[in-house]
Amino acid sequence: MKGATGSTGPPRGAVRPAPGLLAALLDGSGEGIVLCDADGVVTLANAAAVRLMPGVEPGLPAPAPLGAVPSAPDGRTVIHGGRAIRIRAEAVGDGRLAWYLADLDAAPRTEFLLEAGRRLSASLNPRRCARAATELAADFLCDVAVVLLPATVRRRMEWVRAVSGRPGPEEGTLPVAEAAQVPGLTDALAGLRHGTSGQHAPGDTGQHAPGGTGQHAPGGTGQHVPGDTGQDPGGVPEWLLPEGFGPVGHLLVLPLPGNGVPAGAIVLARRPGRSPFDDDDERMARDLATRAGAAISAASLFREQSAINAILTGDLLPPELPEIAGMRLAGRLRASQQAGAIGGDFYDVYLPDTATDTAPDDGIVERPPLVILGDVCGKGARAAVLAGQVRHSLRTLLLLESRTDRLLELLNRSLLASPSPHSYVTMILAALRTAPGDHVLVDLAVAGHPPPLVLRRDGTVEEVAARGSILGVLKQISLWPATLDLAPGEVCLLYSDGITEAFGGPGGREMFGEERLKAALATCAGMPVEALVERLEQLSTEWLGGGLGGGVGGAPGTGLGTGPQDDRALLAVRAGRPG
Amino acid sequence: MVTMDLAAVTERYLDLIGRADEYGAVDLALGLIDEGVPAEDVLLRVVAAGQRRVGELWASNEWSVAREHGATAVSERVVAAVSGRVRPAATRGRVVVACADGEYHALPARIMAEVLRLRGWRVDFLGASVPGPHLITHLHQTGPDVVALGCTLATRLPRAHATISACQAVGVPVLAGGAGFGADGRYARLLGADAWAPTADAAADRLAAGLPSFPAAHDGGAAAARLGGEEYAYLARHRAELLSRVMDRLGEHTGEDLGHIADYLIAAMYVHDSVLFTDFVTWTCQVTAARNVPAESVVLGLRVLHDLLTDCPDTRVVLDQGVAAAQTCCAHHCAHHCADHCADHCADQRAETRV
Repeated sequence: MKGATGSTGPPRGAVRPAPGLLAALLDGSGEGIVLCDADGVVTLANAAAVRLMPGVEPGLPAPAPLGAVPSAPDGRTVIHGGRAIRIRAEAVGDGRLAWYLADLDAAPRTEFLLEAGRRLSASLNPRRCARAATELAADFLCDVAVVLLPATVRRRMEWVRAVSGRPGPEEGTLPVAEAAQVPGLTDALAGLRHGTSGQHAPGDTGQHAPGGTGQHAPGGTGQHVPGDTGQDPGGVPEWLLPEGFGPVGHLLVLPLPGNGVPAGAIVLARRPGRSPFDDDDERMARDLATRAGAAISAASLFREQSAINAILTGDLLPPELPEIAGMRLAGRLRASQQAGAIGGDFYDVYLPDTATDTAPDDGIVERPPLVILGDVCGKGARAAVLAGQVRHSLRTLLLLESRTDRLLELLNRSLLASPSPHSYVTMILAALRTAPGDHVLVDLAVAGHPPPLVLRRDGTVEEVAARGSILGVLKQISLWPATLDLAPGEVCLLYSDGITEAFGGPGGREMFGEERLKAALATCAGMPVEALVERLEQLSTEWLGGGLGGGVGGAPGTGLGTGPQDDRALLAVRAGRPG
Repeated sequence: MVTMDLAAVTERYLDLIGRADEYGAVDLALGLIDEGVPAEDVLLRVVAAGQRRVGELWASNEWSVAREHGATAVSERVVAAVSGRVRPAATRGRVVVACADGEYHALPARIMAEVLRLRGWRVDFLGASVPGPHLITHLHQTGPDVVALGCTLATRLPRAHATISACQAVGVPVLAGGAGFGADGRYARLLGADAWAPTADAAADRLAAGLPSFPAAHDGGAAAARLGGEEYAYLARHRAELLSRVMDRLGEHTGEDLGHIADYLIAAMYVHDSVLFTDFVTWTCQVTAARNVPAESVVLGLRVLHDLLTDCPDTRVVLDQGVAAAQTCCAHHCAHHCADHCADHCADQRAETRV
């Protein structure tokens, strides 16, 4: 590195700094400083000057842009080597001239750093991270930027491409093998070129690519593209560039370093008229690649975990409710853990086994459709796993047993035998039989759960007199089942205590309570069952939010609707055809 | 394609959904499609138009809440049926459509989701009242190009604001829609949404024109910096206590209306726009008048709130304006004449976004 060297004038004043100190002072300056003697030969150039204007060297004549600048108080701006530089000349006596060089591109660089920080830390989605990286590159570094993500299962890779001045990146996929068509890309994707320097790319041997657009800018300043990453833009495949882009002047291919495994690669391309990627550009590009790589690999980890999570929790989500002739079902489930959407409340529907080829003596019992709604002790994922086990156990038991009381006894024994502590469950079983006159008979068994409510045609609401013990606590359970007769249009509502025990309301500390639920249900006479369930859930949510059948005015952070809440489940059966 | 008097069809549709005749309504809609009426027209000029009438009929007390809900549930089914019948190829990007947290008017957003799907977008419809964490998790998982956020009631603006900011923080621009953002979208701009559209087809046009792929950095601007503030925070924090004190004086039967009044007042203080509140008061007076409840009860509630809020001078000014609006409405109100007068006004207020 050339420093602040050269002859200085005679001492003036008491202290004359040592030449080493002076050189360090000048090199520490962000502004380029160049001193020339009367003959126009450079006698001093600090580090910033050399960086801004390669070719400035003590002992050599001052390069053209400097000589052409007249002495002026504000200086003037010149474009040199693709960089905007403000140059101010100052006569410093004895015919000597000093130039002060300010890098006007530093402002975009600051902006780049801010934007890169903002955009690349935003998303946990790999594709969105890749988009952000290409857009940043196209805004600050090049004319076209392409990010290629690591290969997926089918030996294809996703690509994202942004073009300066065009809105919105394009996206697509590509066979992995195509990467070989871009010089250096296969290595970059494999993470093989990370951190190496000083070698020129194969093909960067001074020959110009076919088509005449070599790596070195025609009419440029003649300096070489440093580093190993500037690639021969010659045989660039068509897929890399947008239609009508024309030839490529300069190409830069960088790996996106990830968490141990490469997160892909980025390809930057400039048109032939632009200056080549210089040291600073490459530093900036590497910075971008490092940040983008970190963002994409974090996002990929999140995606992987989300995918696993989705598979594991898929069976724990409430099922789609089937159409059952002669009645209509609607259900709602709100988990207290909002991001996970799973919890300890559950409902399910078990349709009769429709396999017709079962042998008469295989023991498979015939039975009507069964709906269940229940609540396991606890919240969140742990509770959801137990709820899933209960649903699954019941599915198996139903192959052999159809009596609701027997089913609950068997479930109770299975829960008592469970190795995990606190396997307590409350639930309702409701077997649904159609009866003449579009009636539906509901055989109810209730185990430690709030009994169902019935909405009659005239708008009266009754509580079903079925009771029973909680499951998973005692060896013997007691059950008082009941059968309910629903006339067309009448509704049987199963709910969890998260609904009635919702704390909120105008006072903020009041329980919603059974009476309010009954009153709310009474206003739903004549409604389709989906509307009924939605309305009840809405009222309960508004209650939690401090409402009174009114709105939820609170914003996050105001303490409204943000308190601890329970899972809430609703399932309603309406007899008869809709309408 | 067949030219058809869709206005007459809408009347027939309204009749069917008013009787909760799901099969009839579905058959009507699918029949139109089979006859060559574009699915988008069926959604916007029959279903959405019918739902607008439902809002008017509810406001003027001609339809009960149950009938209104029943009709809306049938329309949901109709939209689902249309969606099942017409399956265009996805040629555009991915949009997530969601209602703001606490917003239960899902049908307008659902119709918008279908219109976008018909225009070639890949659409994830997340439904009513989507909690913020749920929405953000979905954005990370699916990486959509844009979130279309629906907000029908202005009381949800503070939460909508939190949602808009959260979406933008994860790098996804937001298109805001629904009457809650103001008839001219003023609150959408104020809350920093990247775009706003008044209707489902306008939203589709706006998206087709292209949104920035990354939301602009908001330094907020002077208006945004003022969002919320001390009086808003006080009201939001003490809402429950204030309402209990008002009810102590007026009795619990006023609770439901009072809850709404408090929420609109809080929202008005959040956006510093008294018109949000006075519009609501006018509308409430008209709705209560249609139910033969004197608007004086509204005035009474506002006055008690005014008396209690001794430390909130700005809020008291807004309450005074609310009282004035209610009194104007009382003066106008003369028995049934009002019902007609209201209908137009109410239509905008409520129908607003039954699309």
